[in-house]
Amino acid sequence: MDLNLTKEELTFRDELRAWLANNLPKDWNEWREKPIEESFPYLRAWQRKLQDGRWAAVSWPKEYGGRGATLMEQAIFWEEMARAEAPPMANSLGLGLIGPTIIAYGTEAQKKRYIPKILSAEEIWCQGFSEPNAGSDLAGLQMEARLDGDHYVVNGQKVWTSYGWIGNWCELVVRTDAGVAKHKGLSVLLVDMKSPGVEVRPLRQMTGESEFNEIFFRDVRVPTENVLGKVNDGWNVAVSTLMYERGSYGARLHLIFKRAITRLIELSRSVQRNGRPAAQDPLIRQKLAQCSAEIEIMRFNQMRAFSRITATGVPGPEGSIQKIFWSELNQRLQQIAQELLGPYGQLLGGDPHAVDKGIWSYAYLRTRGNTIEAGTSEVQRNIIGHFVLGLPRSY
Amino acid sequence: MEFGLTESQEFLKDSARKFFAGECPSAEMRRLMETDTAYDAALWSKLTDQGYTGIIFAESLGGVGLGKVELMLLMEEAGRALLPGPFFSTVVLAGSVLDAVASSAHKNKYLAPICRGEVRATVSIVESNASWNPRDIRLNAANGKLTGEKLFVPDAAVADFIIVIAHNGVFVVDSKARGLKISPMRAMDLTRKLYAVEFNDTPAEEIGTTANLARALDIATAALAAELVGGMQRTLDISVEYAKTRKQFGKPIGMFQAVQHQCADMYLETESARSAVYYAGWALEENSPDASTAVSIAKMYASDAGRTVGNRGIQIHGGMGFTWENDIHLYYRRAKGSETAFGDATFHRERIASLVIDSEGVTAKSV
Repeated sequence: MDLNLTKEELTFRDELRAWLANNLPKDWNEWREKPIEESFPYLRAWQRKLQDGRWAAVSWPKEYGGRGATLMEQAIFWEEMARAEAPPMANSLGLGLIGPTIIAYGTEAQKKRYIPKILSAEEIWCQGFSEPNAGSDLAGLQMEARLDGDHYVVNGQKVWTSYGWIGNWCELVVRTDAGVAKHKGLSVLLVDMKSPGVEVRPLRQMTGESEFNEIFFRDVRVPTENVLGKVNDGWNVAVSTLMYERGSYGARLHLIFKRAITRLIELSRSVQRNGRPAAQDPLIRQKLAQCSAEIEIMRFNQMRAFSRITATGVPGPEGSIQKIFWSELNQRLQQIAQELLGPYGQLLGGDPHAVDKGIWSYAYLRTRGNTIEAGTSEVQRNIIGHFVLGLPRSY
Repeated sequence: MEFGLTESQEFLKDSARKFFAGECPSAEMRRLMETDTAYDAALWSKLTDQGYTGIIFAESLGGVGLGKVELMLLMEEAGRALLPGPFFSTVVLAGSVLDAVASSAHKNKYLAPICRGEVRATVSIVESNASWNPRDIRLNAANGKLTGEKLFVPDAAVADFIIVIAHNGVFVVDSKARGLKISPMRAMDLTRKLYAVEFNDTPAEEIGTTANLARALDIATAALAAELVGGMQRTLDISVEYAKTRKQFGKPIGMFQAVQHQCADMYLETESARSAVYYAGWALEENSPDASTAVSIAKMYASDAGRTVGNRGIQIHGGMGFTWENDIHLYYRRAKGSETAFGDATFHRERIASLVIDSEGVTAKSV
């Protein structure tokens, strides 16, 4: 156990810091609050710039344009990006989830075809997993893919698709065999979103925005060469993508949460509670301290998990701890914010009395989604129960 | 950066687990808890042979010279076995206080015999106000004598000497000293006995000031949190085992999500406490500037989690969890004692608050 950065890690960090110092756009603050439709070209350009410095996909093997970064270096990458308040990358699903899945399961031709354009943000990727009747029970999905010569003909609906509105390509999970057990009849298709019969509609969520889409597929023809992995082995391919989702996401959250709690502590000095600053109120102090401590523990868990994954090579079910931990912690964090702000907590952006331009009311609503998206807390607890603790399957 | 254990750390943990399983199985632990002191001389000499009594102390004193992370691992395994008797009091608590405050002459006199396994010792800190903040200590030494009372002193009846934290210094009182009265306090945890210790014009030898005490108490606090983690792990293991084998409605109860999710939460809480404890051990070893905060984070989390893991474990066991026969309540009792010792979660949250909320100037400077 040695939590000091190694020489290699320090070199990696310093190289990144130096690169960011020279290349970080100065005008991100003017863009960050604009609707994503407007800022998207900006985010694309930023990703391209990162990739010019070979920073867009540090975890990927060098031969595919990455740096073969260790998990610790990936954690350093996300910490430094958060520290610098760098803009997000346009193709975040392509870089974080779908690219690694293509690298793991794709043919050489597929890798050659898709990987470079994921890196350059030339082609944006979305993920077609959930359906109206297949949320937690993802393997029960219905979307039909019927073989017709050298094409699959796809019919059905996907929902909760991030980046659907701008996506050029979709990692689509479909049913290729309805006659076998539900996990065994799935396949993953790489689908051109411009194919005839694809229709994308915005899905308005409880925050009022539309981060996600519904996608309808009507007789969409997908060439058989676009199957990722083996036909009817799609469950394993999809689960691998989900593991990347659960494993890597936590790394970037520590500084974001830390920034939020630091701001709440700052606010607690000026907000009055029972005639004195809230920072002097014993109950508020307890809650702020609990939250600060849990943010650190989240990081310790992450680092420990990384060390374990480094030994085994792939993200494992322990990632479920991280998913539960960060999502529930984020909700507690926002609850404290609301308690601290009292009636001001409900004010939306644009209201002249809103604190911090209304980010707290937004985050309060948005964090309800955290324990649902990327696998509900209930599903995560099932995964821990069955795959980690060896309890019998409950369903 | 590597948060995993080294090969030698894994070896230490593994051999400690096997040692405690062999030398202190449940039946032996239960036998000792029914005795007055829970102390067993034969077990103590085996602990000594393993080098455990000198684990973190200098080789020049007869110790093994290992680090704080290793101490956490050993205490975790001791906690898993619910090791009865004065190991924590003697080695971790008294040992760390002597190591932090005493001169080398006093270390040779008091710490070296601890390392060699020749003596038992303890530290008396808390008074009737039940505060773990050293500022609240009232007991004063005058002319080398102590008069007053300390409470919740672990294992005092088997201690050859008692270290006394007084307002004006740190003192050693011999167990046979005049005016010393040791009375058992009947407490929940049957494996770690607590005592009220009265001093009446009792001669005491000053061994140091309270200035360096904080570090020793931090080490003891983190070690106690590590012991809690071991207890949580054992509680989790036997609960999962029970959930796999106990059948109701024709199925193992672990198949029901209401039970399965309790187990998942126990796992999350146990692993999170473990991460916090290992980090605290490392921060102490490295003398990291955030060591005290890290210790408070670990003790805060482990204090609460030790209790909730126990709550869940008993509930999963149903009626069996409520019996005397099942070991789970023995861990639950230890967890309650350890929860309050060296400050409960509320105490440590306030300590964290004073570090993160009140130290604006400090953080501003360091950034």
